Amino acid sequence: MITTQNLTKRFGRVAAVREVSLDVREGDRYGLLGPNGSGKTTLVRMLLGLVYATSGSISVLGEPVPRHVGRVLPQIGAIIEEPGAYPHLSGRANLRLFDAAGAQGPRRTRRRRVDEALEEVGLAGIDRRPVRAYSLGMRQRLGLAAALVRRPRLLILDEPTNGLDPRGIKDMRDLLTRLNADGVTIFLSSHLLPEVSALCTRIGVLDAGRLVLQDELAHLEQPTGRVLVATDDPERAVASLDGLVESRDGAELLVKSDDAAALNARLVAAGVPVRSLVPQRRTLEEIVLDVTGSGSDEFSGAGAGDAATAVNSADTVNGAGPEISAATDDPEGTAAADEVES
Amino acid sequence: MIAVELFKLVRRPRTWLTIGMICALPLLVAIFIAVTHIAPAPGSGSAFLSAVLNEGQLYPAAALALVLPVFLPVSVAVMAGDAIAGEATAGTLRYLLARPVGRTRLLVAKLVSVTVFTLITVIAVTVTAYATGVLILGPSRAAAVGFAPGSSGSIGTGAGGAPTAGLQAGASITSLSGAPLTFLELIERVLGAMAFITVSMLGVAAIALFLSTLTDSALGAALGALAVLVASEVLVTLGAATSVQPYLPTRYWLAWIDFFRQPIFWPDIQRGFAIQAVYVVVFLAAAWANFATKDVSR
Repeated sequence: MITTQNLTKRFGRVAAVREVSLDVREGDRYGLLGPNGSGKTTLVRMLLGLVYATSGSISVLGEPVPRHVGRVLPQIGAIIEEPGAYPHLSGRANLRLFDAAGAQGPRRTRRRRVDEALEEVGLAGIDRRPVRAYSLGMRQRLGLAAALVRRPRLLILDEPTNGLDPRGIKDMRDLLTRLNADGVTIFLSSHLLPEVSALCTRIGVLDAGRLVLQDELAHLEQPTGRVLVATDDPERAVASLDGLVESRDGAELLVKSDDAAALNARLVAAGVPVRSLVPQRRTLEEIVLDVTGSGSDEFSGAGAGDAATAVNSADTVNGAGPEISAATDDPEGTAAADEVES
Repeated sequence: MIAVELFKLVRRPRTWLTIGMICALPLLVAIFIAVTHIAPAPGSGSAFLSAVLNEGQLYPAAALALVLPVFLPVSVAVMAGDAIAGEATAGTLRYLLARPVGRTRLLVAKLVSVTVFTLITVIAVTVTAYATGVLILGPSRAAAVGFAPGSSGSIGTGAGGAPTAGLQAGASITSLSGAPLTFLELIERVLGAMAFITVSMLGVAAIALFLSTLTDSALGAALGALAVLVASEVLVTLGAATSVQPYLPTRYWLAWIDFFRQPIFWPDIQRGFAIQAVYVVVFLAAAWANFATKDVSR
């Protein structure tokens, strides 16, 4: 659905996006993660033909962008940062206006499609109030409705849940999951990890403009081959599991084991009172923090934001290309960035 | 897309507020003149104003002369300056482009929208001024106005930029140097003047539209265009700048007054049309070149 090859965008001397090779497949719920200022928005804008790449190529729905962006965009629904609407018009009038713009929405079905889109995002009951009077959450829902009016094959959503309350976030997640089940591919960028881990099946992580990770979420969150054991008698547990205990934190033990059931049986047989026993998984947070440097809004001297240029010298380290599949234990790019900066 | 832009234009309260205010100025002036019966002395004040007490039907021309120096260019510059930059600030530009609306199409639609706005404004001023002239200042015995070509061929602008056409009040009725105008001729002349003024405003619109693609500030674009006009007005009156004067955007702005001579005095009108056409083409090309290749990051 979306592929980019060594996509780079420079604004003057600052590289906002550097050699990104994105691969979003049909049917994905793809989450693009990254700290603020890591280049997510610039990347999304390039996919939509709003910002022109300095080098590299983009293909969306099989067509080169920006050359044939006119053929691609009618099949895409997009939210790009804040929702945009004409404040003096009602939500409905806004949707009709946006649908009429560009002449790709069939006029015959416009009224019905607008009504359906409003219903889908939970705004079916809106009245004729102008958008000026909407809350941020309502505007966000309206933005999503605008993205859905043309029944797109692909949704590109940049920070779609900004300003939504927990209820709104849940509603949006349910809606996106339902659309995805109907065959809509979803590409979403966010800096909110819980949102992405609750919705997405594949993730990419941007850091200082570079794609430092791209993989299936299920693959990333595989069990680590260790089990967290909580017990009231840690001494006895350690004694009975000789050598398997990797670390101990009070009454919590980290035990090397692929089979939690067998481990449990063994502990019980040894008379250890087990309070809980959980196979350890890496959380998305750990994965992301592992591969990214500090956010660009932090300028503590070793920040990655400023390092947009400084990390250039780290290019050679990552010579193999930006797609480091699951190589989470070796964040070369960021380590190098920190060195260069200090 | 043009239909969408026109819909946005007419649904915007600001459009009608602006037009209303522009039409209100000549009305205000007419009321003062009608109440006091003090018209500016011939040769001073705004063009045609000295004649309107005798000739109410001439008031559309006087009204156009009133709004032309400031009100009209300001509103056109604001509208055109807002065209792209305003959408960028409101966050709607990126959604329009992602619809997709081609960038060239958007620019053309914006230009059409500004043109329509100018036309509506000029028509509104003319129509309200005609009604004002007839109702408040009173219709004359005969619509007769005529000037000999060349009798006041060079139209200067006053020190403050206020136009002072070399028109004689008496000449409008008892024309010695030209034949009187029939009502049909008067309509023709007014239409010609409206066309000329609209085209002059398109020059302003093109400059503002170009600036509007450069910046995300609608205000900045409008002020930039106005700065160009003010600079031009200053140079038009400056003797030392004679060599560049024929190329200044405001140099022939008042040439439409020549439509009211008998017969029509064409040279300045033609030059005016030509120079505005050049400004429109050059700045639209620049606007297109800039906008079509621009990163839309707002």
